[in-house]
Formats: sequence, C-alpha cells, structure tokens
Amino acid sequence: MKNLARYIIARLLLTIPMVFILLSIVFVVLRIMPGDPVSSMLGGHAPESVIELKKEELGLNRPIALQYLDYLWQICRLDLGDSMVFKQRVTKAIAEKIPATIELTICGILITLFLGVFLGAYAADRRGMVQDYVIRLYGIVVYCIPVFWMGLMLQLIFGIWLDMLPIAGRTGPRVFASTFEKTGLYVLDSILVRDFSALGDVLIHLVLPAFTLGLVLSGIFVRLTRANMLDVLKADYITAAEARGIRHRKIVYKHALKNAFIPILTMMGLQIALLMAGAVLTETTFSWPGMGRLLLERIYLRDYPTIQGVIIMIALIVAMASLIVDIIYAIVDPRVRY
Amino acid sequence: MATILEIEDLSVHFPINIGTVQAVQDVNLRLEQGEVMGLVGESGCGKSTLGFSIVRLLRPPGKIVKGRILYHGQDIVQMSQKEILSLRGRKIAMIFQDPLTSLNPLFRIDRQFIETLFTHERGLDKKTAFRRAEKMLESLGISPERLSEYPHQMSGGMRQRIMIGMGLILNSDLLIADEPTTALDVIVEAQFLDLLNDLRRQYNLTIILITHNLGNVAQLADRITVMYGGTIAEVGQANTIFEDPLHPYTQGLLSSIPNIKLDQPKLKTMPGSPPDLVDPPSGCVFHPRCPYDKEICRVQKPETFTEDGRLVSCWLYG
Ligand SMILES: Nc1ncnc2c1ncn2[C@@H]1O[C@H](COP(=O)(O)OP(=O)(O)O)[C@@H](O)[C@H]1O
Ligand SMILES: [Mg+2]
Repeated sequence: MKNLARYIIARLLLTIPMVFILLSIVFVVLRIMPGDPVSSMLGGHAPESVIELKKEELGLNRPIALQYLDYLWQICRLDLGDSMVFKQRVTKAIAEKIPATIELTICGILITLFLGVFLGAYAADRRGMVQDYVIRLYGIVVYCIPVFWMGLMLQLIFGIWLDMLPIAGRTGPRVFASTFEKTGLYVLDSILVRDFSALGDVLIHLVLPAFTLGLVLSGIFVRLTRANMLDVLKADYITAAEARGIRHRKIVYKHALKNAFIPILTMMGLQIALLMAGAVLTETTFSWPGMGRLLLERIYLRDYPTIQGVIIMIALIVAMASLIVDIIYAIVDPRVRY
Repeated sequence: MATILEIEDLSVHFPINIGTVQAVQDVNLRLEQGEVMGLVGESGCGKSTLGFSIVRLLRPPGKIVKGRILYHGQDIVQMSQKEILSLRGRKIAMIFQDPLTSLNPLFRIDRQFIETLFTHERGLDKKTAFRRAEKMLESLGISPERLSEYPHQMSGGMRQRIMIGMGLILNSDLLIADEPTTALDVIVEAQFLDLLNDLRRQYNLTIILITHNLGNVAQLADRITVMYGGTIAEVGQANTIFEDPLHPYTQGLLSSIPNIKLDQPKLKTMPGSPPDLVDPPSGCVFHPRCPYDKEICRVQKPETFTEDGRLVSCWLYG
C-alpha cells in the first residue's frame, strides 16, 4: 500500500509536464488560427480604433512570448484567468459545466462496459453459434458508426418517430433549479433531496446521450472481451475448475471473466481520451450543457483563456481517470506490484 | 477386490477439417479399488484423452463415439450433465501437468477450496468449510496459514499439492493424475510421489497415473497399461512388465530408456515414428515399426490375449 501511494504521487507529478506541453501547443495553435476574440466580439465592422483599444485592454498587442510567459505564471498560481468575451471567471464557467460532462461520461462508461463485457463474454461462451455471429456483427457495426450520426439516428428513432424520449437538454421545463444545487450531478442531487419526479425527468433526458456514447464505444469492448475470454477459457485453471464440478456458468462469468477483465481495464485506461472526445460530440448533438459544448462555443468566439482552461480540465480528467483505472487494476490483480 | 472402473470398447474421436483423429480406439481397461495404475506411452498416443473422457471433460470437438465407462457400475457415458458434475471433484478428482497454471491466479487459495466445498455440499457453513480446508492443508504438509495466499505466492510443488487437496477434500476415491510431475524439478517430484503414495493409503485411493516417465510408474504403480496409437498394447503387473515385456512396443520402450542398474551395451531407439491417428495403419497400429511384423498384423487388428496373467494385444501370442 505504501508503494501504491508512492506510485500515485509519481503519476500525479508526471501529469504536470504533460499538461504544460499540451497547454503550450494549444496556446500557439489558437494564436495562429485566423480570428481573435476582439473581432468575434465586435464583428467585422467596428472601427479600427475601437478594435485596437479593446486589444490593448486584453493585452493581445503584446509580444506572444510575453503573453505566453504571463499565462504560464498565472497557471502556476492555479489561476485560469478571465474570459476574454464575457465578464466571467474561467473557473466558474468550467465549474458550471463540468458536472454535466461527468454525469454523461460516467453513464456512457457504464453502458459501454456493461454491454461490451457481457455481450463479449456471452459470445465467447457461445463461440461459433448464431449468438456469437450476431454479437460480433453488432460489435463491428457499432464500432464503425460516427458518434454524431449515432446520436442523430437515436434522436430520429426514439425522439421523433416513437416520440418516447427527449432529445435535448438535461431536464424538462417542470423541475426546480434549486433541486440541483449540491453537486451539479443531477441524478445524485435529485436522490439527495428525494425529489423523485425530478430524478425520473433527469434519467429520461440521460438515456439517449448516454446510450449514444455508450453504444459507440461498446464495439471495441465486445471484440476485446470476446478475444480475451476465448484465451482465458482455454486456460488450465478453467479445465481444473471444471474438473472440480463447478457449474459452467460460474466458471464463465466468475473465474474466466475476472481474468479476462484485466486487459479490458488496460484498454479502458487507453479509451478514456476517446470517451472524452465522444462526449464533446454527444454534447453538441444533444444540446447537453457540458464542457464539450462550452469548448465548441468558445472556439467559435476565440475565447482563448476559456478554451485553454477547458482543455487543461479535460487533460486532467483523462489523467485522473487512467490513474483510477490503474488503481482498480492493482486491486483486481494480486500479482500487480507497484 | 471390488472393481471401481471398467472401460469397455471405448472410442474417442476428434473430427477435424482434414479427417477424424482416432485418439482412443476400442480400449478396454479395468481398475480395482485401491490400486495405482500407471498409464504410459509416448506423447500423442491418447493418454490424456482417455483420462479426460473418464470425467467427460473432452475439449471440443472431442466425442466419445462408442463404449461404456462404468464407475462403480454406473455408466458415465450415459450420465446427464448434472450427474457428471456431481461426480467431478466429489468422487473423481483430476490433476494436471502444470500446477503453475492450474489455479486461478486472481482467487485466494481458501476461496478456491471453499468454492469447491460449497459446490458439492450445499448448506455447509463457511467456518466448517474453512476448517476442513485447513485440515487438508495440514495433511498435505502445508501450513494452514497459507490458505490466505494467492497462487503466485507458492512454489510449483506446493501448488500441485493444493490441486490434489482440492480434489480430495470431498473424499474422492479415484484420482486421475495427468503427468503431475512433468513440470516439477527432480527433488520436488520425488517428494510429490511420496505424498501420492501416502495419500493413497490414507484415502484408499485408486490412482490413474498418466506419465511418459517410466521411472515414476516404477516407483508407484501396481499395474501398468501401455498405450500405443490410441490403443492398449499391454496391461500387467508393474514388475513383470519391467522384467519381461511381452508386447514388442513395450520391449522397445523399455530398451530405449537409460538404465543405470542394467549395464546396457547400447541405448536403442525405436525405428519409425508414431502413427498418424487421422489415418492409422491397417491391422495392428504398431506393425509398421514392429520387428516381428507378420502377414496377419497388416490386415487384422490383434485380439487381446491373456499370457502369464497379463493382457497383451499382439498376434505373437495368438
Ligand atoms: N482438441 C483436440 N483437437 C484435435 N485433436 C486432438 C485434440 N486433443 C487431442 N487431439 C489428438 O488426439 C491424440 C491424442 O492426444 P492426447 O490424448 O493428448 O495424447 P497424450 O496425452 O498421450 O500425449 C493426438 O493425436 C492429438 O493430436
Ligand atoms: Mg497428455
């Protein structure tokens, strides 16, 4: 356990240079890109003098190297600065949007894992049978579908044709904003204040975006789980467990699946970045008020500090999540030592 | 002595894309309670397949196509899945070649023991189960504290003992050991065979000891079955087989092992190679390699003759 703590600290320290490299790239790219916050704010027709004045005010006229050093110093003080477009702290803008993204991605991961792992394990158990072929086909098809297209199709089918589920936003109009003041995770908040009609409303709004994200990523996990399970089911300890009379279902879904789960965890650590990318697209498709949409909006407005802040945040989430995956790894596999 | 296992005309085939592997063909074998039967033969001759079919654990596409396996008079071949599950680990135990990979690496030893107990004795409480596991470890010469360890924390010899323990904790009376010492080093191997000998007395165990190491069988086995190309060449008392092998294959096998006591002039190797079990030779499967090969051997399968209290499948004795 002491070693584990050391490992965690080392990993956290490693994220610092990673964030700085990422930040530097984003900083430069943003400033090379055509357009700037001032012209996007004032439009193309403002007089030159007004534009110059505004640029002066935002410090955009200073040499880029100086702006960069200033920004780094600011980050070192753990300050993300102010938006250049709105009167708003960047931290506040992010804090408002982050729970929505977290809620969506967690639900997405759960759906992905649940579908991917169980379908994959089931397919492996039924190798060569009809169920196996159907599940493998599902895995390939779903893997090939772009996130936004999946989102649009689900909206079309369940939102419009069947008219069963809402296609935008986190809640309907009839819930009280005061319900969601504690954590910003609407599911958790509505449970905390025991507002179950709000909970129902929140859940039906979550269904389509979470499934969009979950379905698309589940393809990889179906294939990975199936392949791992086929390997594990050939292992001697599986035969040995069978020779002890243990029920087949228990062998497949306990002995084998737990072993097959280890490489799946590794894969999950690697897929988290992809998951975040998927979340950005899903949020856009479903008008989901999270960081992905915030990022996209602010890219249109060239709001440099907010864009940089959101990207730092996403990088930190990815780093944190893969660290958590590593810790779970150590808990699941007794052979892992840090 | 009572008969514990009787195998009658057993054939096991693996249909594969290029044909059918006749891994076990028309095998007859009878085991008496309490004896150790050594099952020897070169690799690929069907020893494991025979062992696995006794607990009906054949890997696909393996199938028992013919014959009966009577365990205390009940035919295992005809049993339902449920019946066969209640035999495995409770009446018939099986251990395998590689103890390092035979235990689930993610579960503690106690959990694997307790799971086995719970599988066969519903309603057992956890404390009793744990105590029984502790007792079993003690009788295997392993400190009971090690129950809380994971398999990777134990040596190969220890893990093989654990495997036996899990097979015997419910008092199985038949143990099928498929090359149990092949993966162990020589000293651990000797200790393990000693343990097997003790357990056999303690539990009145009947053991099928599958091996290609004739030294192992010499130490432990009462009788020996020699297999060749999916068929049984010869069955007899261990000492008589070693002193006076009847079947030409057994003779070849014995003269091809180095022997320190007998001051052999030259180590002989058997000419030819093991038969292709997809398309086995006509008549006696051994005839292409047999020094005494006769006309009849090429066309007709040898019957089994009783010679000097032994069973031998060879036309030389017809
Ligand atoms: N799963 C399988 N599929 C196809 N052929 C098999 C399979 N298992 C065993 N065999 C064949 O059956 C024959 C006997 O194998 P086996 O019983 O493992 O021999 P032994 O244990 O004596 O080395 C071999 O020719 C082997 O190739
Ligand atoms: Mg074998």
